[in-house]
Amino acid sequence: MSEDVIKAEGLTRVFNKHLVAVNHVNFSVKQGEVFGFLGPNGAGKTTTINMLITILKPTEGKASVMGFDIVKQNNEVRNVIGVVPQEYTADEDLTGLENILLCADLYGIPRKVAKERAEQLLKLVELTDFKDKKVQTYSGGMRRRLELACGLVNRPKVLFLDEPTLGLDVQTRTATWNYIRMLKKEYGMTLFMTTHYLEEADALCDRVAIIDHGKIVVIGTPEELKHGLGGDIITLSIKENADVSGLIRSVEHVKEVKSENGSYWIKVAYGEVTAPFIIEALRRKGYTVTKLSMTEPTLNEVYLEYTGKSMRDTEESRENFRAQRMTMWRARH
Amino acid sequence: MSRTNGNSKSGLQGLWALTSRELKKWLKEPLLLFMAVLQPVIWMGLFGRAMNLGNMFSSGNINLPSVIPIPGSFVIPPQSEMVNINGAALSEMFANLGPSIMQNIFGVQDYFSYMAVGMISFIVMFTAMFSGMSMVWDRRLGFLNKVLSTPVSRGAIIFAKVLNASLRAMFQATIILVLAVIFGLQVSPTFNWYNIFGVYAAIFLLCVGLSSVFLALSLRSTKQETQMAIVNMINLPLMFASNTFFPISQMPEWIQAIAMVNPISYLTDANRQLLVLSLDASRLMLDFAFLGAFALVLSAIGITLSWRYLTK
Repeated sequence: MSEDVIKAEGLTRVFNKHLVAVNHVNFSVKQGEVFGFLGPNGAGKTTTINMLITILKPTEGKASVMGFDIVKQNNEVRNVIGVVPQEYTADEDLTGLENILLCADLYGIPRKVAKERAEQLLKLVELTDFKDKKVQTYSGGMRRRLELACGLVNRPKVLFLDEPTLGLDVQTRTATWNYIRMLKKEYGMTLFMTTHYLEEADALCDRVAIIDHGKIVVIGTPEELKHGLGGDIITLSIKENADVSGLIRSVEHVKEVKSENGSYWIKVAYGEVTAPFIIEALRRKGYTVTKLSMTEPTLNEVYLEYTGKSMRDTEESRENFRAQRMTMWRARH
Repeated sequence: MSRTNGNSKSGLQGLWALTSRELKKWLKEPLLLFMAVLQPVIWMGLFGRAMNLGNMFSSGNINLPSVIPIPGSFVIPPQSEMVNINGAALSEMFANLGPSIMQNIFGVQDYFSYMAVGMISFIVMFTAMFSGMSMVWDRRLGFLNKVLSTPVSRGAIIFAKVLNASLRAMFQATIILVLAVIFGLQVSPTFNWYNIFGVYAAIFLLCVGLSSVFLALSLRSTKQETQMAIVNMINLPLMFASNTFFPISQMPEWIQAIAMVNPISYLTDANRQLLVLSLDASRLMLDFAFLGAFALVLSAIGITLSWRYLTK
C-alpha cells in the first residue's frame, strides 16, 4: 500500500472563534513510520492529535487515517487506531486486567477473544504478575505500560501516543522507547507521537515535525534537520603561531571559519568526513594539529533555530503544568 | 483483525462496560456504600422519629383539669349560669381526634411511615444530581477522551451515566425501604408485592430526567465547583417545596405552586400510593404521566446538550 497512512491537508482548529490552536497544517505519515510532533507546550500538538483521533472536529481543512476521512468516516478511523493518551486514564479502582477488558468492550471485541488478547498484552508489557492488582498500587512506569496495552487491544494499524514518556524516570523512559521500537519492528505498526523531549524525538522518530504557534515550521528526518542547520562544529588548535583560516576555508564542505586565540571554530557539513581532510591540508603545509574536537548539532539547536527559543524555556512551563496536574490528582484522593 | 463494528450488540456491550465500571467502583468501596446508606438512616431517625407528629395529639399531651367551668351560653340549649364540663371525657375526645387529624393531613396515622417514603425521594434526588460529578472526573483525568477515541457509541457514553445513577438510586431506595420496614413502616392494606416494581419505575423516571440534565451540566461547566454550587443551591429548596416531609395542602399558596410542578412531589406521591396510602388509581396515573413527561423532556434536553458536546 503506497498510500499515506495519515494525511493532513490544511488542517485547522480554532477555539472560541479567535484562538487558532492549529493553523493550516500539512503533513503525511507513511506506512511503518514513527512520526514525531515536537513542540513546546500549547504549540498545538495535542489539538492535532485530538483531531486525528476523531475527538475534535477540524474547523477547516481535512485529514485521513488509513484512507478514512476523520470527520465523515470517524467510526472507521476509530476502529483502526489505538490511542495512548497523555494522562493515566486507567481506572484506579479496577485491576489491570479489568481495565484492558473494559477497553476491549469499548471496541466491541467478544469476551473470549478479549480475554486471550488481554493475557497476550499483559505479557507483552510485563504486567502479568500484577494483572489482578488494583491500578492504584501501580508505579508510574507500570501505569504507562498498562495504557500502552489498552491502546493495543484492538490491534490498531496506527498507534497515537501523546507524550508517551511525560514524567517518567530515565529507566522507565528507555523501557518505553524499547516497546515503541518493538511495535514498529515486529508489527510494522505506524506510530504518531507527540513529545517535547528532543532526545526522544531523536532516538525514536523516523521523521519529525516541529510545530510552534500552531504551524509546522519544519519537517524532516532528525538527520536532515540537524544537517540542515549547516552541519557540525569542529574546534581545532595548531602548534604554530599563524593564521590558517584561509587554508581551512579552502577545504571542501567547510562553511564558516572563525579564529580566536589560536584556536579555530569551523562550521562544516558532514564533520566526520571533512575533519580528516582539514588535518591533511594543514599537515601538507607543515602545520601540526594539537587539539581537535567535534560537536554534532542536536535537535535542541534545530529547535532553537526554528522556534527562536530553547527547549529549556518551555520545559519550565511544563513543570508548572505538571505541578498543577499533581495537585488536581491529590484533590481526588 | 476483523471485528464486529458499530452494530447494536457491540453498542450494548459498550454501554454495559461503562455502566459496570462505575458500579464496580462503587461496590468495591464499602465505605462509600455505607455512607450512602447512613445518611438517609440518620435523616429517618432524626426526622421520622424525633418529630413524632402523631404522638403530639395523644392523651398524654392533653392535660385538661378534671372540671372545666364554661359560660352557659356556650352550650345548647343556652343556660344562664356557668356550666361544668367533664375534663377527662374532653381529653379523651381530643386524643381521639389526633389520629383522624393525622389521617386527614398525612393520609397515614404515623408520621414515620409518611416521611420514610419521602426519604426515598430524598436519596434518589441526591444520587441523580451528583451523577454528573463522575463525568467531571472522567473529563479531567482524560478517561472521557480515551473513550471518545474508541468506536463505542456516543449514546452509550451518555446512557451509561444515566443508567448508573438510576441503578444506584434503586439500590439505595431498596435499602431504605428495608430499613424503614424494620424501623416500623406500616404498609397500606392495598399493598401487594408487585407495587415494588411501580416504585422502581417511578424512581427510574425521575432519575433519567434529573441525571441527564446534570450530566449535560457537568460536561459543559468548566469547573466542578459550579456543579456543586448548583446542586447545593437547588436541592434543599426542591426538597422542602414538595410533599417529601410535609403535605402540600398545609403550605402557603406560592409554595404550593412550586410543589405542584416539582417532580419530587410526584415521585413521592406515587411511592406513597404504592406503599403506605390506599391506592388511588387515577392519582397514580397522573403521577406517572407527570414523571414520564418530565423524564422525556429533560432527558431530551440533557442528551441533546451532551451529544453536542461529545461530538464537538
